[in-house]
Amino acid sequence: MENLKKVLGILSVLTLMSLLSGCDVAVLSPTGLVAKAQRDLIIISLILMLCIVIPIMFAVIFFAIKYHASKKDTEYLPDWGISHKVEFFMWSIPICVVSILAMLSAYFTYKYEPSKPLDYAVATDNNPLRINAVALEWKWLFIYPEYGIATINEIYAPTGRQVALQLTAQDTINAFWVPKLGSVLYAMPQMNAKLHLLSEENGRFPGMSANYSGDGFAGMHFTWHSVSNGDFDNWVSRVRRSGNQLNYVTYLELTKKSKSNPVTYFSGVDRDLYYRVVNRCVAEGSKCNEELMRLAAARSLWGELCSVFDVRESIAPVNIRE
Amino acid sequence: MFGRFTDPTAEAFSALQHEPIVLYTVLTIMVLGILVFTVITLCGWWGTLWRNWITTVDHKRIGIMYVVLALVMLVRGFADALMMRLHQAMALGNESAGYLPPDHYDQIFTAHGVIMIFFMATPLLFGLFNYILPLQIGARDVAFPFLNNLGFWITFAGAVLINISLGVGNFGRVGWLAYPPLSELSGSPDTGVDYYLWSLQLSGIATTISAINFVATIIKMRVSGMTMMKLPVFCWTALVANVLILMIYPVLTVALALLIGDRYLGMHFFTNDGGGNPMVWINYVWIFGHPEVYVLVLPAFGILSEVVPTFSSKCLFGYTSMIWAILVILVLSFLVWAHHFFTMGGGISVNTFFSVATMVIAVPTGVKIFNWLFTMYKGRIRLEPPMLWCMGMIFTFVGGGLTGVMLSIAPADWQFHNSLFLVAHFHHTIIGGVVFAYLAGLVYWFPKAFGIKLNRALGIASFWCWFIGFYFSFFPLYILGLMGATRRLQHYIEPSWQPYFIIAMIGALIIALGILFTVLQLLLVVWYGIKHKGRLPVRENDPWGDTRTLEWSISSPPPPYNFAILPSVTTLDAYWHMKTEGTQCKPTRFSRIHMPSNTSAGFWVGILALILGFALVWHIWWLVAFSFIGVISVIILHSFIGDHCGYYLSAMEVQKTEDAFTAAYLKAGGKEI
Repeated sequence: MENLKKVLGILSVLTLMSLLSGCDVAVLSPTGLVAKAQRDLIIISLILMLCIVIPIMFAVIFFAIKYHASKKDTEYLPDWGISHKVEFFMWSIPICVVSILAMLSAYFTYKYEPSKPLDYAVATDNNPLRINAVALEWKWLFIYPEYGIATINEIYAPTGRQVALQLTAQDTINAFWVPKLGSVLYAMPQMNAKLHLLSEENGRFPGMSANYSGDGFAGMHFTWHSVSNGDFDNWVSRVRRSGNQLNYVTYLELTKKSKSNPVTYFSGVDRDLYYRVVNRCVAEGSKCNEELMRLAAARSLWGELCSVFDVRESIAPVNIRE
Repeated sequence: MFGRFTDPTAEAFSALQHEPIVLYTVLTIMVLGILVFTVITLCGWWGTLWRNWITTVDHKRIGIMYVVLALVMLVRGFADALMMRLHQAMALGNESAGYLPPDHYDQIFTAHGVIMIFFMATPLLFGLFNYILPLQIGARDVAFPFLNNLGFWITFAGAVLINISLGVGNFGRVGWLAYPPLSELSGSPDTGVDYYLWSLQLSGIATTISAINFVATIIKMRVSGMTMMKLPVFCWTALVANVLILMIYPVLTVALALLIGDRYLGMHFFTNDGGGNPMVWINYVWIFGHPEVYVLVLPAFGILSEVVPTFSSKCLFGYTSMIWAILVILVLSFLVWAHHFFTMGGGISVNTFFSVATMVIAVPTGVKIFNWLFTMYKGRIRLEPPMLWCMGMIFTFVGGGLTGVMLSIAPADWQFHNSLFLVAHFHHTIIGGVVFAYLAGLVYWFPKAFGIKLNRALGIASFWCWFIGFYFSFFPLYILGLMGATRRLQHYIEPSWQPYFIIAMIGALIIALGILFTVLQLLLVVWYGIKHKGRLPVRENDPWGDTRTLEWSISSPPPPYNFAILPSVTTLDAYWHMKTEGTQCKPTRFSRIHMPSNTSAGFWVGILALILGFALVWHIWWLVAFSFIGVISVIILHSFIGDHCGYYLSAMEVQKTEDAFTAAYLKAGGKEI
């Protein structure tokens, strides 16, 4: 009997292990700095919550057996409905657990706020690789502003170097997610979201859109290649050899709907393209949102009363005199 | 003349022409419809149907109609779920994998969400409110009987409109909350989103007016002596849920109206250009959407608080704690909506606030769980089907709460957001919490409405199928979410995901078996009805034994006037005290009872609202004008020339009904009171 129990126990653990390890559970086997912290947080919160949940699950079954109507000899208290002692624990135990979790959540929210550069990377004086991502229907455009190159559905980044992503979208709301590296962030039209990620290991990590955006949504996956500095430079020169140019005209071509797009390289990118995508003024003759907002603010009552928008003009002559 | 029907891009009938699944479904529904129509005509039931059901203002009959509507919609919504599970089990590879093309698959998950929340859970909720609530507070009807009838028929119109989209045109392919700009004309130029908007507008109006009705009923119609702190917990949860509805549905109505403005009038509330901002919609819709979850789950808690004490033969532990916990949830549910978009770049302070507020909700919810546990403690537990559902609920719901707290930690949510982990979590709470509890309520109160219990063996089988099926369907989804699978995927490329999708499909099939057993239970009752020529058995009023609230103090099914003599209440659990102290009195002298008279106005408003919605979807403007004027005129006509006087049931008739019950009760072996 004892042996049987042991065998059963080992078997069940093995099944669970094989179920979870036979395949790669990305969120629980991360390679990124952020995702590793998130994995720890997930496991800590799971264990803390299990401390409450398992006794409750056990108690439901235990009470149903112990106090079953057929057992007449157990104590029966039909009118027992108030006990301040029990109620004190009933409120205080969840409050304690939630307080711990709330502190954890607040700390990690502060520490890993996606728009903030990663502490670790700052400490090691790690200048970030900048990537501007645009979610299109239905593909990802990644622009490397420092290198003047761009790709469709492929990211290369040096391992151990912080990557500062800016995200936006052309038409519908999408979300950028590389499970192995951590932190989903929405890519939304008119918005510019900032996300910092860092991979600590070499590898190819699948990425995808994590917000449904229409018929071709399921095909919006890309690969994040985390490579050594040398390989990254090789890749950059490979992209530079492609000869495709990403300018306003070719960009508008890209905004047309297309599904399951192959990886494409662009060796040159118009400098202000990303700014214009965010501000929705890629098409010829369109005014940028920033300009429109300035005009609207100047026209508003506040603008007219305080006339803050004339300041530049009134200062300008002074500067000239100097 | 025919609006968008003549516009080829609207593809009015393309689904019927190109999708055999749609064609056969529509044909089956039509054949079934014709069959029902023929049976009713042949048996000459139209008159009875019209007098007793369609035009009724009796809260009990309206309640039954709500439940029937909800069960039909459950089958529809579950069929969608099965199709999705079957498709995803096959969808490894590219877009042509599986059997559903993206545009069809996308419609199915949108319809599944919308139908399950707005046309299954909400009607089921109102069905239970309608039937039970007035009986529990010792009232003879709801505060506004006509409004009740009107609410049902407008809900019905919304449900029919959403189902018309199955055959004519198509449904939205935008997800259940239809985020713009995808749901704008630029993203969805066809009729799908219009069906979504107008059917939800109808459902929203109906839900709001029903909520007004119930708030008024609970505040004003309680029997003498029943102070708020002697109100059964189910009524408390109903009150809070209806107050929540009154606060959140107007937000939804306005948000939908703004999107309608964008789509119909060229406005720019949520568009990408012209100064629109989609983020505004996301905030509006979740200010509605999150408290809506509590609208559904609070009454589920109420049901447990009725069923667990009954089958533990013991009073509810910590009534006052329970009420405070419910009120805390009422307040907190408004402070958490942004946890649905921790990943929108809210910043440190916003994310921390909403994360902590969300976690805090776990405290009152946890308190409730402990209340039920301590209710079972030192009781005499009987494992009848309603109690099984409740224990299944407690067992499963704490798991859902566990993952809910994990999701509420903002930095952890950044890894869970929109993954199947999230999908598994909310099904964990909605099936494990809401559905299990509602089914407990249905089984528990069924003998109240029909005089006989549902078959016990089938009930237990149904419970185990749902329970086991649930774990099989949704635990694989948790793992898939952690593996990086997002929701709403028409296909995927990771071969390692497929086994889990297959297990989930098997789980869905087990749940299907559970639904089948429930249907069989109901068919057995129908068979019983046919055998006894529609005469319901009037037996004992307290079939479960050890029930505690007033609804069980009268005959099952109750007479049209509910209480021959209004009871007077001095304590919580009024009926339990009547039984233990022997103060149950058998009245001998009756007086006449005022009853509201039936009206067909609600039905006509419903039909005209359906035509209005359909005409708006298809841009048939003359029909819009006609039906809109129709709706307004029916209401005006009803106000001025409708029969508002009601009628009196004479003391003799009341006496006769009560005597008949006593006779039947004694004949069935009941004890003399």
